[in-house]
Amino acid sequence: MFGYYLDLALRSLKRSPGLTALMMLAIGFGVAASMTTWSVFRGVSGDPIPWKSAQLFVPQIDSWGPSQKSGAGLHEPPDALAYADAIALMHDRRAALQSAIYAVAPTVLPAGEGRSPIPVFGFGVYGEFFPMLDVPFRYGSGWQAGDDGDGAPVIVISDALNRQVFGGGNSVGRNIDLDGRDYRVTGVLKPWNPQPMFFDVVDTGGFGGNGPDVFVPLQRAIASGMENAGAVNCPKGVQPGAGYAGLQKSNCVWLAYMVELDDESAVQNYRQYLDNYASVQQKLGRFDWPPNNRLRDMRAFLDHEHVVPDDTRVSLLVALGLLLVCLVNTAGLMLAKFLRRSGEIGVRRALGASRRAIHAQFLTEAAVIGVGGSALGLLLTAIGVFAVNRMLPPRLAELARIEPALLLLTVVVAIAASVLAGLYPTFRAARVQPAWQLKTN
Amino acid sequence: MRLHPTLSALRQHKAGVLLIVLQIALTLAIVCNAIFVIGQRIERMNRPTGTVEDGLIRISQSWFGAPAGDDAASVEKLDALQRTDLATLRNLPDVQDVAASTSMPLQGMIYSGTLSLNAQQTGVAVSAAYYYGDEHLRPTLGVRLIAGRDFRADEILHRTLTGEAAPSVIIVSKPVAGKLFPDGDALGKTVYQDGKPATIVGIVERLQTPTTAKWGSAWDYNSVLEPIRVDGASASYAVRARPGREQAAMREARKALLAVDPLRVMPDSWGIQSLSQIRDKIYRADRGMALMMAAVCLILVVVTAAGIAGLTSFWVGQRRKQIGVRRALGARRIDILRHFQVENLLIAGGGVLLGVVLALALNLWLMTHYEMARLPLPYVGIGVLAMLVIGQAAVFMPARRASHVPPVVATRAA
Repeated sequence: MFGYYLDLALRSLKRSPGLTALMMLAIGFGVAASMTTWSVFRGVSGDPIPWKSAQLFVPQIDSWGPSQKSGAGLHEPPDALAYADAIALMHDRRAALQSAIYAVAPTVLPAGEGRSPIPVFGFGVYGEFFPMLDVPFRYGSGWQAGDDGDGAPVIVISDALNRQVFGGGNSVGRNIDLDGRDYRVTGVLKPWNPQPMFFDVVDTGGFGGNGPDVFVPLQRAIASGMENAGAVNCPKGVQPGAGYAGLQKSNCVWLAYMVELDDESAVQNYRQYLDNYASVQQKLGRFDWPPNNRLRDMRAFLDHEHVVPDDTRVSLLVALGLLLVCLVNTAGLMLAKFLRRSGEIGVRRALGASRRAIHAQFLTEAAVIGVGGSALGLLLTAIGVFAVNRMLPPRLAELARIEPALLLLTVVVAIAASVLAGLYPTFRAARVQPAWQLKTN
Repeated sequence: MRLHPTLSALRQHKAGVLLIVLQIALTLAIVCNAIFVIGQRIERMNRPTGTVEDGLIRISQSWFGAPAGDDAASVEKLDALQRTDLATLRNLPDVQDVAASTSMPLQGMIYSGTLSLNAQQTGVAVSAAYYYGDEHLRPTLGVRLIAGRDFRADEILHRTLTGEAAPSVIIVSKPVAGKLFPDGDALGKTVYQDGKPATIVGIVERLQTPTTAKWGSAWDYNSVLEPIRVDGASASYAVRARPGREQAAMREARKALLAVDPLRVMPDSWGIQSLSQIRDKIYRADRGMALMMAAVCLILVVVTAAGIAGLTSFWVGQRRKQIGVRRALGARRIDILRHFQVENLLIAGGGVLLGVVLALALNLWLMTHYEMARLPLPYVGIGVLAMLVIGQAAVFMPARRASHVPPVVATRAA
C-alpha cells in the first residue's frame, strides 16, 4: 500500500508545483536555520568529559565576606580561591583526587642556533590533575607526588609542542628550556583541547586557543615567577603586594580548584569539610562571617559562570522560532491543499478506503514534502555552517562543524516537522463525509 | 464597503485563517525582538572609544630572559630596555608619536581600581580603568583634553605593576570627574586611588575602558591616565602613525624592534596590531550575531509572505465559482480585488494584535532569563505596520488574479 500512497502523493504534489516548492522551501529554511545555530550551541554547551563530569566538583569558599560583591551576585562566594585556601585544601586532601590550577604564560626557547622563542600557554597544577581529568598521554605520565611539594622542574608538554621543539617522538626524560631554565619532560600528551576548557573557565573564559602547551608543578611555577596568565580578582580596595609573594599573602582570588568525589556520601563529607574549614577560619578571625561555601558539580559550575554565551542561546531560540513559523506555514498550506481534494477523498472513501487509509495516504504525502525539505535543508545547513565559520570569532566558529550526526538530525527534523505539520490537515481530510462530497459533485 | 461577504468567507476556512493569524503573530513577535537585538548590537559596535582610531597602533611584546624585576637594579634594567624601544620607535620615519601604554580601548587587558574622596574610602566610590603610560600617552591615543594639562616629563614614575610608588598627579575622563565632583570643579582636586592621594591635573572628554565585557559595562567610560611607565618582562606601546602611513609604520616597527632584540616575543597574531584590527576582532561575535539574526528575520518574513500568497492563491482557485457568481451579479473587478485585500487586512490585523502581545511576552521572558532590555514600543509599532504592508503586498498578485475571473465562470459546472 505504501507504494500506492507514494504514487498518489507524487501525483498530487506534481499537480501544484508552486505550492509544493513553497512547502519544501519553508521546511528547508526552517530546518537549516535551526540546525546551523544548533551546531554552534552544541559546540559551546558540550560536555568535554561526559564520562566523568558528574564526579568533578568545584569548591568555592567565601574569603571576601558579605560586604563584597564578587561579580557573580550578592551572597555568592568568589569563583576562584585565594592562595591560603587552595593550599589548605590541597594539604588536607579530603577528596579522592584534587588539584589547584592557574594559567601561566612562559616562553620556550628551542635548542639550536637562531631559533626564536615560542610563547606558550599552560597551567600550574598538581600531579593528581592528570588522573583526575583522564588526561590522555602519548608517552610517559604526570609527575610524582613528591615533585609537587619540592616544586621540581618537571613538565608535561602537548603533542604540538613536542613536535615543534623535539620533532616528535618519545621525549620523556629530555630537557626543555622554559624561561631560561631547564625542565625535564615526564610526559607527552596526545592532542588534548577540551572545549570548554572546563577545568579553568575563570582564567580562560572557556574557549579558545589550540589547547594548553605545558603543565608544570604549581609550586614550581610560583617559585620561578612564571608569568601569571590568569585572572586575579581582589576584594574592593585591596592592592596585593609585589609579585607572587604579594598574591600569596592577599585575599585576592586567582586559583581554580577541582576535586573528584565519587559518590553522594563523599560529596556530603566534602561539603561538611568545607564548612568546618570556614568555621575554623572564622574562629581564627580570618573570616568574620559564617561559612558561605558552594560545591557545584562541573556542569553546574559552567552554567554558573555563563560559559555558554547568552547570545548563542538567544540565537538558538530565534532559529527555533523560525522553525515553528515554518511549521505553521506548512500546516496552513497543507490544510488548504488536502481539503481541496475533498472530492477525491469522498470517492476513495465511498470505494471502501478506511479513515486509517486516508490518514496513511496524507501522512505519506506530508513525509514526501519532508524528504524534499530535508534535501534542501541539508544544502542550506551546509551553507549556514560555512557562513557561521566566516562570521563568528574562530573560538566559537570552529566548534560548529558539519558532522554525520548533524546531517542525520537535519533529515530527521525535516521529516518529523513536515509530518507534524501534516497531522491536523490529515485529520481534517479523513473526516470528509463521502456522501456529501459525492452529492455536491 | 460591506464586510459581510468577507467575514462569511473567512468563516468557511476557520482553521486555515487561524493558522495564518498564528503565523503572522509569531513572525511579528520574533522579528520585533530580533531586530531589537540587532539594533543593540549595532549601537554597541558603534560606540566611540574616544581616541583617534585611524593610525593608532598597539605593540605588545616581551623580552626573552628579561631581568626578574625583583630588586631596584633589575627594575632599572627593565626600564632601560623599555626606553630603548620607545626611542627606537620614535625615530621611525612613519611614526608621529609613541608612548609607553599598558592598555588600549577594546583590547581587553584591564587594570582597574576605585577612586574615592578620602583615604578611608568611605562615601562616593568610582570604579575606573587605569591607563598606565608616560607623558606621550594622551596625545598618542588622540584623546581630547577638555580641561587642565598633560603630564610633564618630570612627573612620570617608573616601577613594576605591583610596585609601591604612587603617582601624585592623574588625568581623569569626564565621567569620573563628574561622578566624584558633580559640581564640575574636579580640576586641581585631590582624590584617593585605592586609598592613595593624587591631584587631578587634567580632564579628557572621553576614553573607553579596555574591556567590552559585561562586568565592566556599568563604568565603560571611567578611565584614568596614570603617569607611570610600567616595567616588566613584557611591555606595551601605543604608536601614532603619520596620516595614511599606518601599514608602513607597523612594518617598520616590527623590523626595528626585532633589530634591537631578535629574541623578543612578538607574535604575528597579537604583537603589533592597529586599533582597527583590534576593533574588528573584539566585535566579531556581535557582528556575527547581528548578521545571523538578520538572516533569520529575512527568511521569516519571506516565508510568511510566501505563505500568505500561497494560501490566498489557493483560496482564489477554490472560490473561482463564487467569484464568478459575484461578478455576474454585478460586482466590479475592483470589488473582488478589495474583497481579498480586506480579507487579508482582517487576517493580518488579527495576527498583529496577537503578535504584539506575543512580542511583549517574549521580550519579558528574555528579560528575565537573559541580559535583555525592554523592547521599545516604536519597534513594535514599526513591526506592526511592516507586517500589514507585507500582508497586502503578498496578497496583491493572487487578488489581482481573482479579479480577472470572468463572470461566465458562474455558468459552468464546478
